[in-house]
Amino acid sequence: MSENVGKIRSILKEHGRLTKDAESLEESADLYQAGMTSHASVNVMLALEGEFDVEFPDSMLKRSSFESISAISSVITELTAGK
Amino acid sequence: MMVVGIDLVSIARIAESVATFGDKFLARVFTAGELAYARAKPDSLAARFAAKEATKKALQLDGVGWNEIEVVRRPSGACELQLHGAARAAADAIGATDLALSLSHEDNYATAIVVARCEKA
Repeated sequence: MSENVGKIRSILKEHGRLTKDAESLEESADLYQAGMTSHASVNVMLALEGEFDVEFPDSMLKRSSFESISAISSVITELTAGK
Repeated sequence: MMVVGIDLVSIARIAESVATFGDKFLARVFTAGELAYARAKPDSLAARFAAKEATKKALQLDGVGWNEIEVVRRPSGACELQLHGAARAAADAIGATDLALSLSHEDNYATAIVVARCEKA
């Protein structure tokens, strides 16, 4: 899990266009409040798919799926379960 | 009641996404019809992305694919929205009709506004 969180932070740093440092952001912090636009969330999603070798189904393309580091981590755990 | 949604997108950021993720980004966000017209036009791609986000805001759509919201260009140049799959179903569920769309872009930004009549919102 913590390894995933580290990878998620790196992706957010590169693609999230956050106004705050992704490395020090609390896992529960609201990423949209931290400056992530809807367009940046697409880039984050595509980078996550590449990093974790998963595909987000449309049903998971919810605002809540990308609202925090912990939310993203939960979705990644769900998508990688059983792989 | 009437509902409305608006979105503003940086054209350069859309071009960056195309440069970084290529067809993966394009296929995930846009339909074949949209790409046939706008693939090589970052300003038109950005306007279409704004239209999809404006539609989501107007109809409060969540958990739908971007390519389930399509901007269709008429021969006159006027654009309109077509919804597919889960987006269509969600719009029907709230009784959304008479979707109207307007797009604009200038220099660095593209914007879109969507208005609809909504029976059950």
